[in-house]
Amino acid sequence: MKTARVAFAGAIHTAFEDPKGLRLADGRIVSETEVVWLPPFETGTIIALGLNYAKHLKELSKELTITEKDEPLVFLKGPGAIIGHQGQTRRPKDVTFMHYECELAVVIGKTAKSVTAADAMEHVAGYTVCNDYAFRDYLENWYRPNLRVKNRDTATILGPWFVDAADVADPHNLSLSTYVNGERTQHGNTADFVNNIPELIEYLSEFMTLQAGDVILTGTPDGVVDVNVGDEVVCEIESIGRLSNTIVDDQVFGR
Amino acid sequence: MNFDFSPFHLSGVVYGTLMNDPEALADLGEQVNEAPYKAPPKAPVMYIKPRNTLAATGSALCLPAGHQSLEIGACLGLVIGRTACRVPVGQALDYIAGYTIVNDVSLPHDSYYRPSIRFKARDGFCPIGPRVIPASELNKPDELDVSVYIDDDLVQQSSTAGRVRSVAQLVADVTDFMTLQAGDILMLGAAARAPKAPAGSKVKIEIAGLGCLENTVVNEEELS
Repeated sequence: MKTARVAFAGAIHTAFEDPKGLRLADGRIVSETEVVWLPPFETGTIIALGLNYAKHLKELSKELTITEKDEPLVFLKGPGAIIGHQGQTRRPKDVTFMHYECELAVVIGKTAKSVTAADAMEHVAGYTVCNDYAFRDYLENWYRPNLRVKNRDTATILGPWFVDAADVADPHNLSLSTYVNGERTQHGNTADFVNNIPELIEYLSEFMTLQAGDVILTGTPDGVVDVNVGDEVVCEIESIGRLSNTIVDDQVFGR
Repeated sequence: MNFDFSPFHLSGVVYGTLMNDPEALADLGEQVNEAPYKAPPKAPVMYIKPRNTLAATGSALCLPAGHQSLEIGACLGLVIGRTACRVPVGQALDYIAGYTIVNDVSLPHDSYYRPSIRFKARDGFCPIGPRVIPASELNKPDELDVSVYIDDDLVQQSSTAGRVRSVAQLVADVTDFMTLQAGDILMLGAAARAPKAPAGSKVKIEIAGLGCLENTVVNEEELS
C-alpha cells in the first residue's frame, strides 16, 4: 500500500492513490495540487550515506581517498531540513553550485539493535523518495559534510508516498532518475549500492539502536548538476514515487 | 530518558558544536592550514546527537570492547524556548528558555575531517541534566565555571567565557541556515583538551548554577 500525509481544508490527513486524484481517509477525493504534501511519515533520526554508489565513488575517489573497503560514510540530519513533495527549496544568492541528490529512503519499522544483515530486512517498514540538496560553496573540511552544506532548512525533500516494504519485491534493483525542467540529468540503479540495505542496518545497529521512524537515505548515483532559481526538479524511483520540488530565491524568504 | 524538565519539554533534538574554544584550534597549530582541513573553520563546526544517544543523570556510559576510555565533552546546553530562525545577535538570548548540562561523550578520535558517527552517536552517549534552569535565573551564561571530575578528582576546569562564538553569537549564526524549535538543545561546545574517563570511573560535570551531571563508565561486557 502507498500512503501520503497531506494538509487539506484545515486538517492533516492520510491519503491514498485514487484514479481521480487522491482519496483522503475520510472519503473525500481531492486533486494532487490542492493539498499540501507533508513528509509521508514522522521522521525520527535521519541517517544519510555519502558515496554509496560504485560509479559515483570511482568518480570522486581520487579527491576523497576513499575505497569500497572503508567504513560507510554516514552523517546525520536534523528535522528542520525536511519538507514534503511540491515544496520550495531556497537557493541563497551567494551560492554558485547547489545540486540535488536522488536517494532511496529506507524507513525503519521496528527497533533494531545489533541486528545481523540476514535479519535486517525484517526491520524495514517501507520506502520513500528523498531529494537531499547539497550547497557545495559552504563545504568545509571540518566534520564533513558540515551542517551548513547538508542540513539547511527546506533542503531535504521526502515523499510523496510511503510504500510498504511488502510491495517492493527487490529494493536493490530500482531505477532512479532526476529530471531538471523535464530533462533527465541523473540516472542510476540501486543495484550499484556499495553497501546494501542489510549491510547498512547491520553496521548502524551495532552502535546505535534504530527505532521506528528512523530513516536511512542511501546515497545518490553520479550525475549531479547545478540547479537554479525557478527550476523544477523531479526525483523518480521505480515503484516508489516521483518527488517534485522547485528552487526559489532569497526574496521569497524575505531576505 | 524523560523529556519533561518541568516547566520545559525537550524535543529530543540535540546539536553539538566543536572547536568553539579558541584553544582547541590553537592546539592543532599549523595543521589547521594543512590537508585535510586546509583552512580554519568559518561556520560553526556542528554535528547531531541522535535520539538513541540521549540519557539522564545516573545512566551508564558504555565503553565498547577494544577501547580504553571515553572522551568527556562538558558542555553548556542552551534549551531553545521558541522557534528561532534568523535570530539577530542582540535578541538571541530572548530565544533561550533555559540552560542545562550536556555530556557530549565520544570515543576518542584524532581527526575532525570526516569522523565516523560511531564515535559520537552510540547509544547513551549524550547524558543531559539534571535539570533545566530557567534563563531568568542565570544572568551571565558566558561567564560560567565548568568543572569535570573523574572519581572525585578535578580533571578539567574551564569557563564558558572567551569562546569563538558566545551563546548569543552561536544562536545567531546557527539559525541563519537552520531553524531551531522550542525544546531543541544547542551545545555551546566543550573546552579544549577534553578529559578521558576509563572503565569503572565516575564522571561528574558541574556548571555553576546548573548543578551536577553524573554518570559512570561501564565496560560493554558488564552491561550485556
